[in-house]
Formats: sequence, C-alpha cells, structure tokens
Amino acid sequence: MHSVILKTATRLMVGLILVFAVYLLLRGHHEPGGGFSAALVAGTGFALFVITEGPGQVRAAIRLRSTTISLLGLGLAVVAGLPALSIGQPFLTGFWWGPANAPWLGTPLIFDVGVFFAVLGAILAVLLALEEF
Amino acid sequence: MVHTDHDLLTRRCRLMGRLSSLLPALLFILTCRFWPAIVDGQTYLFDAPWLPSLDLSLRFRLDGLSLLFALIITGAGTFVSLYSSSYLGGHRHCGRYFFFLHAFMLSMLGLVLADNLLLLFVFWEGTTIFSFLLIGFDHESKTARENARQSLLVTGGGGLALLLGILLLKIAGGSYIISSWPAAGEMVRQHHLYPFILLAVLLGAMTKSAQFPFHFWLPNAMSAPTPISAFLHAATMVKAGIYLLMRCHPLLGGTPAWTTALVLIGGFTAVWGAVQALGPRDLKRILAYTTIMALGILTMFLGGQTAPALTAAVTFLMVHALYKAALFLAVGSIDHSAGSRIIDSLGGLWRAMPLTAVAVGAACLSMAGFPLFFGFIGKEIMYEGALAKEMYPVFAVTAAVLANALMTAVAAIVLFGPFFGSARAPRQQIHESPWTMWLGPLVLGGVGILFGLIPEWVSRVLIEPAVRSFHPGPEEIRLVFFHGLNLPLLLSLVTLCCGATLYLLRHRACRLVATVVEKLPATFEGLYNLGLSGFMNGAGLLTGRLQNGSLHFYLAVIVSTVILGVGWPWIGKLSGIFGRWPESIDTTALALLLFVSGSVFVVVTARKRLAAIGGLGGVGAGVALIFLLFGAPDIAMTQLLVETLTVIFVSLVMLRLPAIEQARRRTVRRRCLDGGLALAGGLLLTSLLIGVGSEPLDRSLTSYFEANSYLAAHGRNIVNVILVDFRSFDTLGEIIVVVLAAWAAVTLIRKPMEP
Repeated sequence: MHSVILKTATRLMVGLILVFAVYLLLRGHHEPGGGFSAALVAGTGFALFVITEGPGQVRAAIRLRSTTISLLGLGLAVVAGLPALSIGQPFLTGFWWGPANAPWLGTPLIFDVGVFFAVLGAILAVLLALEEF
Repeated sequence: MVHTDHDLLTRRCRLMGRLSSLLPALLFILTCRFWPAIVDGQTYLFDAPWLPSLDLSLRFRLDGLSLLFALIITGAGTFVSLYSSSYLGGHRHCGRYFFFLHAFMLSMLGLVLADNLLLLFVFWEGTTIFSFLLIGFDHESKTARENARQSLLVTGGGGLALLLGILLLKIAGGSYIISSWPAAGEMVRQHHLYPFILLAVLLGAMTKSAQFPFHFWLPNAMSAPTPISAFLHAATMVKAGIYLLMRCHPLLGGTPAWTTALVLIGGFTAVWGAVQALGPRDLKRILAYTTIMALGILTMFLGGQTAPALTAAVTFLMVHALYKAALFLAVGSIDHSAGSRIIDSLGGLWRAMPLTAVAVGAACLSMAGFPLFFGFIGKEIMYEGALAKEMYPVFAVTAAVLANALMTAVAAIVLFGPFFGSARAPRQQIHESPWTMWLGPLVLGGVGILFGLIPEWVSRVLIEPAVRSFHPGPEEIRLVFFHGLNLPLLLSLVTLCCGATLYLLRHRACRLVATVVEKLPATFEGLYNLGLSGFMNGAGLLTGRLQNGSLHFYLAVIVSTVILGVGWPWIGKLSGIFGRWPESIDTTALALLLFVSGSVFVVVTARKRLAAIGGLGGVGAGVALIFLLFGAPDIAMTQLLVETLTVIFVSLVMLRLPAIEQARRRTVRRRCLDGGLALAGGLLLTSLLIGVGSEPLDRSLTSYFEANSYLAAHGRNIVNVILVDFRSFDTLGEIIVVVLAAWAAVTLIRKPMEP
C-alpha cells in the first residue's frame, strides 16, 4: 500500500507495538497478559508492517523463518519442563530461582516465552503466506 | 554452477553413507560379543515398563533365533549402507534415504529382539512404514508411488490381522510374553478361538512374507533403490513373517491345521514363484520371484514338527540371506556400471567387472546348490526334512525338487546372462564399481563358500541355538559336509540335472512362462487393483457429493449436524430454561446486546465486503466487552486481540474474492433456509448457555487455584498461572496444535508447484 502517512506511522507504531508485546509477556504472571496475548499483539504489529512494506521486507527484518521461530518456541516450552525430570518430579513441574518469597525467574516464565514464540511463528507463517498469495 | 553442486552432494552423500554404516557395524560387533554365551545356552533379558496398563513393556530378549536374525540384519545393514554411499551418487534426498534405511534397520532389530508380542507388533508396523517410504523413495515416479502404496496396503492389512490375532490370543489366555509360550501352548491350541488366532497370525505373516495369494506386492516393490531391495526385500523385512512363524511355532504349531496350511501354501508359493522367475527379463524382477520361492520354501518347512524340517528352514534362511543380498547388490552394480538391468542387453561383463563377477558366481553356485557351497548343505537338509512323515512327503519333496531345479536354472541365467557371451557395449565404457560396491557382494558370497566348507561349525554355533530356541528337544541338530550316499543326495543330483536341462531349454521355457502369465484370466493383483479402484471410485463419488467446493454448503452441513445432534436430546428440557426470565436487566448489558445485534445486522445486510468484515469485528469487540463486564479481563483482552487479528486475516482473504453482489444473487428460498439455520443455531447455543448457567457451579477447582496460585506458583494472575504452570502440559499440546494448524494452512494457501 503506498501511503506516506501509513508508512511513517507504521515505522513508529511497529516498534511500540513490539515493546508493548514484550511488556505484556513479562507482566503476564501477575497482571492480565502472558505469552499468548503478547504473541497476538506482536502478530498485529507484524500484520501492520506486512501491509505497508510487503512480505519481502518483513522476511528480511525478522531474518529467521517463521517455521524456525515456531520450533524455537516449542523447543523452549519443552526445555522448560526438563529441570523437573532431573530430580524425579513430573514433567513441566514449575521451578523458581531467586529469593524464596519473590523469585524472579522460573520455568513457567521460560514456558510462557516458548508459547509466545510458537504462536508468533504460527501467525507469521499464515500472515506471510496470505500476503504472498 | 550445477556441476559443483552435484559434486558437493556426491561427496556429502558418500561421507554420510560411510559414517552411518558405522551404526550397523557397531551393532554387529556388539551382537558378536553376546554370541559365545548364546552358544552355551544362555539368554539375555532386558525388561522395562512402558504402558503397564496395556501389558506393554519394553521387554527384549536375545536368544539363538534373535541372535541369528540380529547378525543377518546388522551384517547386511553394514554392507548395504556402505554400498548405498556410492550407489546413491549425488541424490538430492540422501539424508532422507539413510534416515529411512537405519530407522528400518532399528525397527527390524527391535522386531527380532522384542519379547513382548505387542512390542513386536509396534516394530512390525515400523518396518511396514519404512518399507513403504523406501519403496516410494523415488517419489516423483507414479509407479514407485503406486507400488509403495500396494505394499503398504497389503502388508499393513496383514498387520491389522496380526493385531487382531494378538488380541484374540490374549482372550484365549495366552500371554504377550513370547518366552513364556512353550508352557502355555497346549491350552491355546485346545481353545475354541484357536482357528481364528491361527488364521489372523498366518494372514499377518503371509502378507509380510509374500506368500501366495499375497505375493504380488514383492516384485512390484522392486521400484525401491536396489540396495533397499537387497536389504528389505531379500535379507530382512520379508523374513519378518518367517520369524513370526518361527516364534509362534511352539504356541500355535503342531496342529494339523498349522501343518496343512503352511506346507500347502508354502509349497505352492515356492513352485509358483520359481516358475514366474523365468518370465521377466529384468534381473531385479527375476530375483524378486526367486525370493518369493525362497519364502515359500521357508514357510513350507516351518509346517514341520521334527528337527530336520525346522533345521532346514533355519539353514535355508541363512543360505538365502547370504546369496540373495549378494545378488541384489551385484545387480545394482551392473545397473550402475552398464546402465541396464535387462538381461538381453547385457553380456560379457566379466572382463570389465571381474570382482562383481566372482561375487555373483559364488552367490549363484550357492543358489543352485552346488557341492562345496553353503547352498548344497542347505539343500541336503531340506530334502531330509521334506522326507519327514508329517510333511506330506510326496508333495513336499516334489515341490522342493521342482522349486530347486527351477532355481538352478535361474541361477545359471543370472550368472551366464550378464557376465558371459558376447559383450553388448565397448569394454572401455564399463568399469568395475568402486570398492564400497563390490565389497558387500564379495564378502557375502565368500561367506557362502566358507560356511559350505565348515558346516559342522555353523550348525553348532548358529543353527542349533536358533532351532533350539523355538523347538527345544533332544533330537540331534547337525549339518555335515557329506551325508553319504542316501536319498537326499540322489534328489540333489536329480535337481541339478533338471536345472541344467531347464537352462538348456531356457528360451522356450521363458517364452512359455511369459505367455502363460500374460494369459492368466484372473490374478490376485488384478483383484487388488479392482478392489482399490472400486474403493477409490466410491470415495470419489461420496466426496464429490459432500465436498462439492461450496463453503456455504459445508457450513450448512456442519451447522445442521450440530443442531440436530445436540439439539435433539436437548429439546425436551427447553421449556424449563426459557420459563425463567431474570427479574432485572442490567442496562450496560442491554446496551452491549444492542451493539452486538446492530453489528450482526451490518454483517448480514452489508453491500461491501469491508463493511461486513467491520461488522464482524464489531461483534467480536462486543463479546470482549461482555467478558470485561463479568470480570474476566484476561479473556476480554485475548478476545479483543484475536478479533483484531481475525479482521486483518479475513480482510487479506476476503478482499481478493469476487464482489459481494454476486453472492447476493440467491433465491429467496435459499436465504430463508440459511436464516432459519442461523437462528436455530443461535437459539441452541443460547439455551445451552442458559442451561449451563442455571446449574450450581462446582467451585472446588477455582478455590484450589485461588489458594495456591500465589503461594505455590508465585503468580497473582490465576488465568496465566493455570496456563503456564498448573495445566502447562495442556498448553504444550495446544501450542503444538496451533503451530501444526498454521503449517497446514500455509501448505493450503501456497500456490501448488508446477507439475
């Protein structure tokens, strides 16, 4: 689409949307948000990007193939379940690191990041395929 | 730069093949380490639970029979993958090939080591699937695809029968543990389900091992790359059925039904396979028919009860694995070097390919059963076994002599055809194949000679442990170099003479067989094709009706199915639900209701697609607001985001469709029908929701999550904690589904490749 206003606005907006997605992802454990919503927001951002700049530009910008992103996400989600296995707990039991009352890093967070990438990869795959049709 | 690409591929392929041949080689060495103890009568057992509720355990057991098979599988596997590293050249899908090959090998190894019948079945299906993938390896060829499908349908169908047999066996009181069978044999054989078990197991074994009338898939499976035919369709996979029969021998064997079925079917298959081997001119197809003959002979001797018959089966199994793998590999080399497998266009190759010629010579002499070769030993014991009382001696001896005589003639054709006579191409054009390709046939052929010279040793360390593991008994099991002047020797002489005569008459015989096979009024392959095309036509007709390409029709079918299926049992309870209207109505909710209804109205009446899409977005946003109103911010947010993306996706698709006006041209009757369906669907959902809401809510889960979300999972957002912690395994499944669905969508969206 050739619209200068849209193009200029998109430059600003896409970055903001992606930052907002990361914010949603990280705060998800305590406030509304989480990996799935964050992926939807990021997907919307990329949709805007695709509509203004075309799929070629987007592919160049994200570098990784959408398949790779999805697999990375699924891999992260599986990896998040592994620490529990090492001490004989059921797969995907949560583990936390940091102070006991306010731990800051846990396997659920890694899992949530995995969800984010898996869903984002899926959205990107369909989005790019549709736009290239 | 196509040229360098090809060179790179060739080098990569070679490296991949040589490295990956280390896997079977190491497994072979590992198996050899257990060998001495097995000869002393020990067995090894590994047992770990897998699915205890289904009696499925990872139970592996190494005894004499498993050892023999494991040695054949890993030994042949080593040579085959080494061979493939050169044979494949710079094939594009080299990695795929070696993956399938080794996955197959491991399945086969698992099959012969499994001591749990269900586990055996899992590996059995594994070999079927990898065989399918390997036969169809050249997937751009229609014939290869059809042949792969044929073998999958025939052997896979047999696999289903086998599963049924396994389950019936369990009902009849049999155990899944194979090593416990000898004790339970009598009970199962007396059981009234025994005939069905026998039938099902035989169906499984006989489809896999290409017995008449299921033999037709094996010659067609020759569209696989040649090393694959050597490995799967000569040395290992087709022997899986034979292996199953051997394992089942102590449990199901010994009854008149068993003996009659095996001896008759096996004998007939052997003779018919050997006769048909005279027909084709393609070396590989000739070998395929001789494999059918060999499998027939094996089946026939497994019908026996006495040590000589069963020893004959095990010995011939080895004889055949050695010479047939060597011959297949050599035929591949001929094809590779001379560019043809058609026997009429080959000749005088022994000067150009001396090493391959020596290997084929050794293998063919073993196949023909000449003295000094292992094949001779195998034939002697075979005749001794065929003379046993329970084997219908007249039938068995006739079948064995006929089949072996034909085999001798075929061996001579395969040896003399390509290697002697006048050369068809200038010598300079044909070179000996690389060492990776002649090593295998030469070693396998050489072992055939070696074993022929030391039969006592072979019978002590290989044959006897193998036979004893499914036929424990006091009888002596011994192969000797020379039995003395007796009936088997006489039969051997008769066989060789008949074979020689047949070879001299080969032109007439080959033409006769080719004509007869062509003129057969009905074949089982024809029956298979008829069944398949009937099935395809039926499916096509049904699909044409149901899947006519109109999305509108699909939706109508889906919605009406839901309405009828869910609504029918629900309709009786409707009166109780609509009787209770709420006393007061929230004004915000009412406003939202009006907003959503207005949006729906826009969708239904829109003249432009964009307006309709906007209306849909409005509906979604309204629903999100309803969620927010009832205190579910997470769901509201997700709903809103999903709605946003949906609008984008739908616009990407919809705006490319023809203008909406065309769709508007529908008859009044049809629009009334659609409206009725939509209203009925809406009413159903509404009443269901009201119905669900009027039941008392079970809050035990909610309170558990409320209590533990922060304390145990360190999160205040319960919804998210449920998603990523309490129920994270569900989420893992869901994201896998999301990703798979996206990939499926992408493959549908992408333009099809040019044919």
